Amino acid sequence: MWQFFHKLGSPKWFYGIATRLMPWLLVGGIALLLAGVVWGLAFAPKDYLQGNSYRIIFIHVPTAFLAQSIYIMMAVAAVVTLVWRMKLADLFVRSVAPVGAVLTFLALFTGAVWGKPTWGTWWIWDARLTSMLILLFLYFGVIALAAAIADEKSSARAVAVLVLVGVVNIPIIKYSVEWWNTLHQPATFKLTERPTMPAEMWVPLLLAVLGLYLIFGWLACLRMQTGILVREKRTRWVQELVRTGGH
Amino acid sequence: MMAFDSLAAFIAMEGHGPYVWTCYGVFFLFVGGLMAWSIRQRRDVMRSQLRELERDSTARAGREAQPAASFTRINPS
Repeated sequence: MWQFFHKLGSPKWFYGIATRLMPWLLVGGIALLLAGVVWGLAFAPKDYLQGNSYRIIFIHVPTAFLAQSIYIMMAVAAVVTLVWRMKLADLFVRSVAPVGAVLTFLALFTGAVWGKPTWGTWWIWDARLTSMLILLFLYFGVIALAAAIADEKSSARAVAVLVLVGVVNIPIIKYSVEWWNTLHQPATFKLTERPTMPAEMWVPLLLAVLGLYLIFGWLACLRMQTGILVREKRTRWVQELVRTGGH
Repeated sequence: MMAFDSLAAFIAMEGHGPYVWTCYGVFFLFVGGLMAWSIRQRRDVMRSQLRELERDSTARAGREAQPAASFTRINPS
């Protein structure tokens, strides 16, 4: 266990593992996402209440799910950064924050476009939507702070603290649909119960979520590799890698 | 079983087509853009570091050719 933890802290080891994992993540991710999306768009039955506009769910739920899940992973990495000073954890936070921001934006955008035919409005300042908007600003804050401090160690600590302060927003997003009156419908997937949707609807949705998860994994590996190349550019193994063109 | 009778019905989605297709278009644009941008970033870093290495090795070769010249090299950090 400890040996694994130490290895995980080694940029060289991580770079190699990432290179080996990435083709699988990319191919699997694209295949699952496309399967889920095509199934959801063309083959899933129409919703009896919302009609065809509900088909937006097959990208809205994956983006919203990933947006929150990425932030939770960043918070775990922030704890690792503060407690064990692991550089790769800090690199993870920096590398995935822009991905989280884009997915949060997409969740808000697809939600707004879905809201128009369903609720009659693009936007409403209710708890779920507002807390998601705060999540977007938290991502912006992390990106800006990560770029603002030049010293690597103080930057890592400051970013980690900001991420941990912002994590309080996550349960607010999660429970906003239960604590307050909101237009937003409750969660589609719950760990404790079977989905209330028919299988022809939730199976493609699950495929799309898993597919986007794998694509996120690929993006995280790729972006961390870029960060490692920049940070470790004076090491012999990176110079060797650069000379051989990454092989 | 397809949920639609024809391609036209699939595109129109009973009037919800513009909403659905806008969402899917923006989604694939942004996710695809994010992927392309990330690939480019790593490639650009690789290229600029390769250039740097090549410049360094030419500089070193030049210095070794003139052993008489001696100076302390400063490593800017």
